[in-house]
Amino acid sequence: MGEVILEMRGITKEFPGVKALNQVHFAVRRGEVHALIGENGAGKSTLMKILTGIYKPTAGELIYKGKPFFPNDPKHAQTEGISIIHQELNLLNDLDVAENIYISREPRKYKNVLIDDKRMHESAGKLLKRLGLDIDPYEKVRNLSVAQKQMIEIAKALSVDSEVLILDEPTSALSEKEVQVLFGIIRKLREENVAIVYISHRLEEFDQIVDWVTVLRDGSYVDSCSWKEQTIDNLVKQMVGREITEQFPKRHAKIGEVVFEAKDITQKRLLKKVSIQVRAGEVVGLAGLVGAGRTELARAIFGADHIESGEFLLGEKSVKIRCPDDAIRSGIVYLPEDRKKDGVFLDQSVAMNITIANLRAYAKNGVIREGAYQEAIQEKIQDLRIKTPSVSQLAQFLSGGNQQKVLIARWLCRNANVIIFDEPTRGIDVGAKYEVYSLINRVAENGAAVIMISSDMAEILGMSDRIVVMCEGKVTGELNGAEATQEAVLHMASDTNKDMRKVV
Amino acid sequence: MDSISDDRQQRITVLAALIILCIVFSVGSRYFLTVDNILLTLYQTAVTGITSYGILFVIITQAVDLSLGSTIAVGGCICAALLTKGVPAFVAVGTALICGAAIGIVNGFCVAKMKLPPFVATLGMQMVLRGLVLVATNAKPIYLTEGNFKQFAQYKLFDLIQLPVIYLILLGLFSWFILRKMVIGRHLFAVGSNEGAARLSGIKVDRVRMFAYGYCGVMAVFAGCVLTARVNSGQPTIAVGYEANAIAACVIGGASMSGGKGTIGGTILGAIIMGVLLNGLNLLSISSNWQTVATGAVVIGAVYLDRMRHLKES
Repeated sequence: MGEVILEMRGITKEFPGVKALNQVHFAVRRGEVHALIGENGAGKSTLMKILTGIYKPTAGELIYKGKPFFPNDPKHAQTEGISIIHQELNLLNDLDVAENIYISREPRKYKNVLIDDKRMHESAGKLLKRLGLDIDPYEKVRNLSVAQKQMIEIAKALSVDSEVLILDEPTSALSEKEVQVLFGIIRKLREENVAIVYISHRLEEFDQIVDWVTVLRDGSYVDSCSWKEQTIDNLVKQMVGREITEQFPKRHAKIGEVVFEAKDITQKRLLKKVSIQVRAGEVVGLAGLVGAGRTELARAIFGADHIESGEFLLGEKSVKIRCPDDAIRSGIVYLPEDRKKDGVFLDQSVAMNITIANLRAYAKNGVIREGAYQEAIQEKIQDLRIKTPSVSQLAQFLSGGNQQKVLIARWLCRNANVIIFDEPTRGIDVGAKYEVYSLINRVAENGAAVIMISSDMAEILGMSDRIVVMCEGKVTGELNGAEATQEAVLHMASDTNKDMRKVV
Repeated sequence: MDSISDDRQQRITVLAALIILCIVFSVGSRYFLTVDNILLTLYQTAVTGITSYGILFVIITQAVDLSLGSTIAVGGCICAALLTKGVPAFVAVGTALICGAAIGIVNGFCVAKMKLPPFVATLGMQMVLRGLVLVATNAKPIYLTEGNFKQFAQYKLFDLIQLPVIYLILLGLFSWFILRKMVIGRHLFAVGSNEGAARLSGIKVDRVRMFAYGYCGVMAVFAGCVLTARVNSGQPTIAVGYEANAIAACVIGGASMSGGKGTIGGTILGAIIMGVLLNGLNLLSISSNWQTVATGAVVIGAVYLDRMRHLKES
């Protein structure tokens, strides 16, 4: 590990009514992987936004390469060598790999008039090779996997000679194998003396790459130390400010009859005769790699996407589901994977977000009865312990965990009997995760059937009564939750054993 | 940041602008701050105001209706044509309103079901409707020689307040009630805020869009009937470009072209600002051609401010 390349001293950031950061200290050395951890709302993103010039700090200073540094905007930060790769990827699907890497900095020819296409693709090829990636620079980004897209983002950052590279939750959408490729690249960059800021909730992965770790809590600096000197338990305690005794709460649900069954669901190329059933009080974990068709199955069940063939049964009765409204009326609800895009109304109030799917219940002849409406909101906010200064707060100002709780509240209002959670804890901090698990348990205990899609292996193993594994649009296996092992699930998820196995 | 205080701040800015405008004009013309002129301004504001309620519904769903002006002309001419056939006034207006709803629903169908961009679909409708009304009337006005329909716009309550001002207030309250108190109102905001999430919340997005356009059509036709009564004839060439005034009123009042945002209170204020501006320019004897220039500039300015607000938020 080299000298300190970047130091943030006494950083304070105030927003109207909130102190997002309070006297935070953060220093990164060359050639180190420095993990920045903390619950959602702890201030990690705000700190990084200051570092990349999106926000101006209220107080404090940045020292970069020994000199005070005030980034004006992300472009300025980037030309100085500080790049960030956001959780949401910013690539243009219709351009090819090289065009994406060199966008707005394309190499020129003929007195800067024309883009030197050949040179651009050659240097992109070299860059990809340097990262050990087997991707054609002429490939359209649309055709790449999520993991490959992420690698392209990294290549893009390196093409401007980044000396500090910030990775925000890079592994949340990756499969185990893809995570390993990413870590390989991170190690390579570390050898090249790049300073890497690594934001992640997945502490169990840290052993493989992290050198140093800084903990934030509620906008304040808590601790910074070498990863080797720390235990995960201790870090979690520092993050949440209290001890978490168990990762997954116990569930006392009685498993009953089959409530819902999907039979031979087929959707163009994405789903091939998929069948799944869930019982009352049961949590079925739906495992698989990214692109296995799990979300597609959930959306098909919910009527969000059209299916070619297949049948849905509620109890014994066949139901037609053509749109989400049909599904909701039948008591089937879906919490989407991408909360911001498909779930939350960011520029609307918490009250609106909670009640929007159930307004008719508080209305008479289409007119909302204010009393019943307010009562329902208050009840849900208290019941789910949603942290918000008021019911009129806009949803965009809530943390990820609280946004997820708002979505759960929306569906609890409906008393659904089949609930599909798609990556319920993605991007949510440890403390809020536990609460989400408790809520999942609670709906199961109340007799609802739960399907939980997750790429988090611990979550699948820890929460499921039964695990259904998908691979390439097919169900490739089923395991009893109590007996399942990570190896068995992974085996089925990568479909290495071709014969279909059925337990249960 | 709280949404309510944000709205309030916006409202205060607009009020301040209105007051400044009034001060400038009252300095420029002694007649400006008289009761007669204030009532006249409100009377002239009525058409802009009523149409802006309608287009506000559409704007909240993150869409736009450029066929508004043509719809006004179509509605006004249908009403006039029926009146010349001796149809009772309420039947004539009622029929015209139903036609307005139908026009809106066709707009909504193009946008929601055919997936056309709102701008293109309603621009097309603007020309189709204008063309149709010119064909149907042979491009000649339909004069109301008999009957007393002009009272629909010219009757003065207490010998003072003209009926359109009353319509402006009542329809404002009605629209406010739908937006704030009814389920469909919340659904409008949901669709405009995040269409995908609205769909996944079980909202029938297509129906909501068609409702918004239908409401807009009804308001436009109502304004058309008021205009017909005002000039005592159905004018096929009337109300060209009125959509710009209505959009400006909404955006000045805090509605966002990015959808999910807008209030009736703000929209009324916006409409009054547009009305005061035109009235003041009139009093200062500035030609109506320059007034058109001013309206266009205000539209661009207001939408620009909206974009800036939006950029600042995200």
